[in-house]
Amino acid sequence: MKKYARAIMVIAALTLGLLFVFPMWKITLLAPQYPTGISIEIYVNNITGDISNFNIMNHYVGMKTITVKGFPELAYMQYIVLAMMVLGIVIGLIGKKSHFWIWVVLMIVIGTVGLYDFYIWEYNYGHTLDPLAAIKVPGMAYQPPFIGRKEILNFIAYSFPAFGGYAVGISIFLAGIAALIKSK
Amino acid sequence: MKYINKIKSVLTLIVIALIVAGISSCGQQAKDSDAFRKGALSSDVASRVYVAPGEYDEFYAFVSGGFSGQLAVYGLPSGRLLRVIPVFSVDPEKAYGFSEETKPMLETSFGFQPWDDAHHPELSQTDGNTDGRWCFINGNNTPRVARIDLTTFETAEIIEIPNSGGNHSSPFTTENTEYVVAGTRFSVPYPQQDVAINTYADKFKGMLSFIKVNPESGLMNIEFQVLLPAFDYDLAHSGKGKSHGWTFFTSYNTEKASTLLEVGASQNDKDFIAAINWKKAEEYLAQGKGHDVPANYKHNVYDEATHMATSNQMNMVKVLLPEECPGLVYFLPTPKSPHGIDVDPTGEYIVGNGKLSADLTVHSFTNMIAAIDNKEYDTIIEGIPVLKFEKVLAGTVKAAGLGPLHTEFDGRGNGYTSFFISSEIVKWKVGTWEVLDRVSTYYSIGHLMIPGGDSKNPQGKYMVAMNKITKDRYLPTGPEVTQSAQLFDITGDKMELLLDFPTIGEPHYAQGISADRIVSKSKKIYKLEENEHPYVAKSEDATKVVRDGKDVHVYMTMIRSHFSPDNIEGIKVGDKVYFHVTNLEQDYDVPHGFSVMGFENAEILVMPGQTETITWIPSRIGVYPFYCTDFCSALHQEMQGYVRVSAANSTTELKWSLGE
Repeated sequence: MKKYARAIMVIAALTLGLLFVFPMWKITLLAPQYPTGISIEIYVNNITGDISNFNIMNHYVGMKTITVKGFPELAYMQYIVLAMMVLGIVIGLIGKKSHFWIWVVLMIVIGTVGLYDFYIWEYNYGHTLDPLAAIKVPGMAYQPPFIGRKEILNFIAYSFPAFGGYAVGISIFLAGIAALIKSK
Repeated sequence: MKYINKIKSVLTLIVIALIVAGISSCGQQAKDSDAFRKGALSSDVASRVYVAPGEYDEFYAFVSGGFSGQLAVYGLPSGRLLRVIPVFSVDPEKAYGFSEETKPMLETSFGFQPWDDAHHPELSQTDGNTDGRWCFINGNNTPRVARIDLTTFETAEIIEIPNSGGNHSSPFTTENTEYVVAGTRFSVPYPQQDVAINTYADKFKGMLSFIKVNPESGLMNIEFQVLLPAFDYDLAHSGKGKSHGWTFFTSYNTEKASTLLEVGASQNDKDFIAAINWKKAEEYLAQGKGHDVPANYKHNVYDEATHMATSNQMNMVKVLLPEECPGLVYFLPTPKSPHGIDVDPTGEYIVGNGKLSADLTVHSFTNMIAAIDNKEYDTIIEGIPVLKFEKVLAGTVKAAGLGPLHTEFDGRGNGYTSFFISSEIVKWKVGTWEVLDRVSTYYSIGHLMIPGGDSKNPQGKYMVAMNKITKDRYLPTGPEVTQSAQLFDITGDKMELLLDFPTIGEPHYAQGISADRIVSKSKKIYKLEENEHPYVAKSEDATKVVRDGKDVHVYMTMIRSHFSPDNIEGIKVGDKVYFHVTNLEQDYDVPHGFSVMGFENAEILVMPGQTETITWIPSRIGVYPFYCTDFCSALHQEMQGYVRVSAANSTTELKWSLGE
């Protein structure tokens, strides 16, 4: 069994590579005039989807325009991921038990910080409103749900991890298994 | 006195009898009138034409607008009007014929034609089935054929037909859309010249045209024309299956009358169906038998990438002469001025609807080929063999009604023929020619349509009757009342009336198709990055105003909910201002409109990703508002701007801005 641990560790590190192919997170808005919904997908280094339609709709209430440049995280997050992949592969090749655990903990810390950062962005996006906005609803904030479904005025907003996000979980899970096997 | 009293009582009796008779006959007349008006609605059929809010209709119906020059799109079975596609007539709502991009579409060799009479929509076919790619339609007055792209529901191309005078027998595709055809309803001098009208019999000619359709792009070109005697060529249909390779045209006025045709053209017992072997024509063309004849016609093409039409001058056509091309054309004698000509789904039977007769004449393709092989000719007219009537005849649908016009098929071996004079549709069995059912129409039916009813595989669920007259069927609207279509269920033994619905213009002919053959291909937006318009502004940063002498080009954008720029100064009286307006939206169903106060022009409605241009020559100084004409958003009323016009000799600086 133990001989597989190193291989599993390498696979766990490689799984992070899926972040460059699939989005981490997806936010969808549903409304009577958007019966099939409009969505944005957040990648480790990009945002795609109906960004312009998000922006056109949100500018009525004075929300900030979403641009790729507006997220410094998108510039450096990919290097952290790459670094963790290289580190994971090296750890797998070296095969030292304590290194395995360090990688798992590091990943959990990075993931938690990432989610916190996402929450902060959502909070600011929903609360920082242009005072010159055409439509002002007293006391209203437009923060999307962190995870789940939320009704905002006539919209229903959905926010869920996408396949890339699940890949991070799978990666941590695999690395944990590898570390457990090593520790037996 | 006695006598006087007797006379009095007799007179009284007579008066009473007259009154009673009068009342009862009035009563009967009212009952008869009521029966005519209501038609035979046997049970509650509303649920069968009810399409719930948000649900889709099962079929598209493309119904010509007749003298409106447009093509209307309805859903069936609901009869709901979905869109009016401008084809041969200007449409200020959509700026068709007003915007710089669409003006070339209506160019002809005579100049700009703002109107035409659109008669016969015809869907493109693959293997004899409607394929939902294009819809063709003929312009009757100034002979033309248009192609409508069914991904955008816009007119993509119009080609003028030279040597023709009234394009009625058109477009009627072949089974793989190799060709659509055009045939002259009015013969004209050939070549066109200044001659006495009574030289008709000598100087006039009839011309049938074959328009090749590019299987990829759909682009049309007149591949060849066939010169025929000076008859009136009325309608057409191409063969299918075994008769693929042939196209059949009806004719009337084989008497060659040039005045009072209602008498002069109704004398001959039989007129002709012209059978053209177009595969043979291709052989003769390959042998160089086509004459290059100078011609003057326009070919107008809309380019979806540049969002712009161009009008091309054409100068030549190839003409085939029947006397030089044996086997190219045969005449099939057919009783009493045949109008519609319809080929059954197998391609074997060719139905000539003799409009001044009570009977339907059905020819057999097999018989026709045998008669040709055996040279069973009555005579030869201008090099064209006239086949013996009894040798090509397959059968006659006897005393079916009065004034048969058109026949469609249901794919279950039945034909359905419209009768104008007796205002009814008669269902009959193909092969046995027995009449199975008849149903009245309200009133005076012209064409009828079954989805795919002139293709190899009709989708025979519904039938639409298109009526020329409605009189009292709807609320009155003054002397001019609506025309209408009627929907029938034809799945049972008896045809069953389901619905009346009003139509735009004159619903001349129609085509129907299963919605699923079109829905998935329907375009939602034009991609901005694919916009190749020479005056496009793809972002607000790219907007500008450029003066070139007296021409001023405004590169403008629109997005919810503003124009960029929305303040323009430095325009002068007498300038020609081109507003090139790009809709930056990339979302479904967010068009914006544009118009300027007093600009003597039509609004433009710009679809997402599209650029359109409208011009203005300001005639007086002042500051004039412009605004978005299509309710676009919560801030639609704020979507406005100003343009300042200064005197022609002023020194006002040219400038433009947004939000400054």
